[in-house]
Amino acid sequence: MRELIGEAGLVARKDLLIEWRSRVALNQIAPLGLLVLVVFAFALDANQSLLDRASAGLFWVAVLFAGIITVQRAFTLESENGIRDALRLSGIRPAAMFLGKLLAISAQLLVLEVVLLLGVVAMYDATIDEPVLAAVTALTGTLAFSAVGCIYGAVSLGLRVRETLLPLLLIPVVAPVLLAGTRALERALGVSTQAGWNWVGLLVVISAVYTAIGLAVFGPLLEDG
Amino acid sequence: MQQVERKDSMTGSLATTTLGWASLASLIVVLITGLITSPKDANQGEAVRLLYVHVPMIWIAYGSFIITAGYSGLFVAKAANRPDSGRHLDRVAGSAAEVGVVFTALTLISGALWGRITWGVYWQWDARLTTTVLMFVTYLGYLALRKLPADPYVRSRRAAIVALIATVNLPIVHYSVDWWRTLHQGASITVGNKPEYTNDILIVLLFAVVAFTLVALWLGIHRYRVIRLEEIREEEGIEMAIASRRAEAEVGS
Amino acid sequence: MLVPTGSDAGSVSRRMPPCCPVDGGNPLQRASVPARYDDAAMSTVIDMREAVVLLERFPALAGATATIDSGEIVLLQGPNGVGKTTFLRSCAGLLPVASGRLDVLGHDLVGARRAVRRHVALLGHTSQLYDDLTVVDNVKFWSKANGVRDGDLAGALDRMGVSKRLYSIPVERLSAGQKRRVAIAIVIASRPRLWLLDEPHAGLDQAGRDLLDSLLGDATEAGATVVFASHELDRAEAVASRSLVFSGGVIVSDDA
Repeated sequence: MRELIGEAGLVARKDLLIEWRSRVALNQIAPLGLLVLVVFAFALDANQSLLDRASAGLFWVAVLFAGIITVQRAFTLESENGIRDALRLSGIRPAAMFLGKLLAISAQLLVLEVVLLLGVVAMYDATIDEPVLAAVTALTGTLAFSAVGCIYGAVSLGLRVRETLLPLLLIPVVAPVLLAGTRALERALGVSTQAGWNWVGLLVVISAVYTAIGLAVFGPLLEDG
Repeated sequence: MQQVERKDSMTGSLATTTLGWASLASLIVVLITGLITSPKDANQGEAVRLLYVHVPMIWIAYGSFIITAGYSGLFVAKAANRPDSGRHLDRVAGSAAEVGVVFTALTLISGALWGRITWGVYWQWDARLTTTVLMFVTYLGYLALRKLPADPYVRSRRAAIVALIATVNLPIVHYSVDWWRTLHQGASITVGNKPEYTNDILIVLLFAVVAFTLVALWLGIHRYRVIRLEEIREEEGIEMAIASRRAEAEVGS
Repeated sequence: MLVPTGSDAGSVSRRMPPCCPVDGGNPLQRASVPARYDDAAMSTVIDMREAVVLLERFPALAGATATIDSGEIVLLQGPNGVGKTTFLRSCAGLLPVASGRLDVLGHDLVGARRAVRRHVALLGHTSQLYDDLTVVDNVKFWSKANGVRDGDLAGALDRMGVSKRLYSIPVERLSAGQKRRVAIAIVIASRPRLWLLDEPHAGLDQAGRDLLDSLLGDATEAGATVVFASHELDRAEAVASRSLVFSGGVIVSDDA
């Protein structure tokens, strides 16, 4: 078990190091996320009260957009230069690879979400009434999203039409995460009075389910083809 | 599934021809009873006739996807031991999914029309409708995956895994949306009220279910056989490729 | 200079096993021995019989048969598309065998392909390096992934003539030859019992090729086995002890 975590850490560190060296998430994906927030303002006619009420949902849509790109990039990395062969030949267990990529993608998305949250506060005049709830919502929602993303990233690994297939497969499965994340964040931003923590509970369950599935199927998916 | 028996109809057989005629006949009966001889409903008026199409469609769609899930699971189990076995299981999963997707699309369309007439809206955001549309898109993705240019074994196994995950996902979606909408009580017209239908209507409905099930089976069997034919053609291709590869060897490098 | 990171949780190779190759325990720990491979029971390294390997329905290997013993340096010859790469990848346990038999280092690859991988190294046309990472980043990651101590890796990089000034350069900026040297260094350090190389001389300059040849000699003297595909017959035949000629997915001549 300790070794599994050690191997997962190795993979996660490698992914984050790649991000650190190439700065793609920082220089390209984060600005894209902010752009999405700007475009929403155009779409909603810069109606401040409307934007404020919709801020939680728009936040998660921006996360979805950026998240898909992040997942795609994370798996494109592994399919170049014969690296997939090298990984299969190394001793790293597929379950550890899944966990490692899950952690790395989540870490990148969480940093992005801080930026987006600031964007939402600044541009939509949202207020973070319950910061703990907001933070936990972001954390659990991101983990759930990343778990699903890693599964479908592995499904699309090695297949040729990757860019359009991944979103098509991913979004229906990630829909409940968006739903729950938005409801919880609405409470955290003071937009609704629903029980935010209950929705967080649902996010935890979804994270657990898809992490378990990912641990099981990542190996077979990596081996194929 | 049995051998092809007739030359002029490549995937036809005695069974499917019989099935085809039976479904055509029962569809005509449904058409007549549904549109003409059965009474209109006390509450919904003529709109109830759409239900003769809409309700069987969704049941068949659910049934098809259950078949897809079940056979995908069996395929994964079988293929785990021997990578090239269980192809027939994968074929059933694929053809059932195609039938399911077609019927889901028809469900959504007929449901939208019915909703427009009875509630005045084409759509509403409740658990059932939202889950149905997500289910539709999910299996569109599954079918897209099945058609990718790739090693067929690899493709089938990945598609099976995707189908299984989709099956896990649907209850999660249903539960989430249901919870979400019950927190917005009173905002929408509930679909959940069980309307009281007269026996006349229920009989036609039952018959419609039978008729459309026959159609679905007929479509599914033909689709299965077409898939099988595609695979046969590929296999013959391999035999020839192996032979010509060996011939290369004999001719010399 | 690479600094061995002793307490690093990611590095899995803790210490050298006493003498003989160990198969159980930590799966990441390469079967590393000080000088020789004590393989009295395993003199046959590759035993392939009528193996058929399919690549997207195409029979890349169409019933190939070969037996390769420990300590040999075997050259695979033949034009492009003839099955050499597939042979190498199958022996590495990366491809399923559709029919026939394939035993590598005592492992039956028709059944379970994963167990043999930690004993082999496969180097193909690709660099197997992350472009965005530096040489040092790549070397550290792959050494930990393969269960090698950093010390070995520094030595291997030196051996392959990778100059220290390249250590912090991102791999994408290296030339093909430099990337190849780094990749070979990673292979050296993991000390596999079976080396599977696909055109290893490609991209290397004269000095690099001489280096590689002496390397292959050293490896087999220590008990490893080398199988490599090459189009450079002059150099290859000088190094190899034996040559297998491929055609149409089968082996048509064998000067054993």
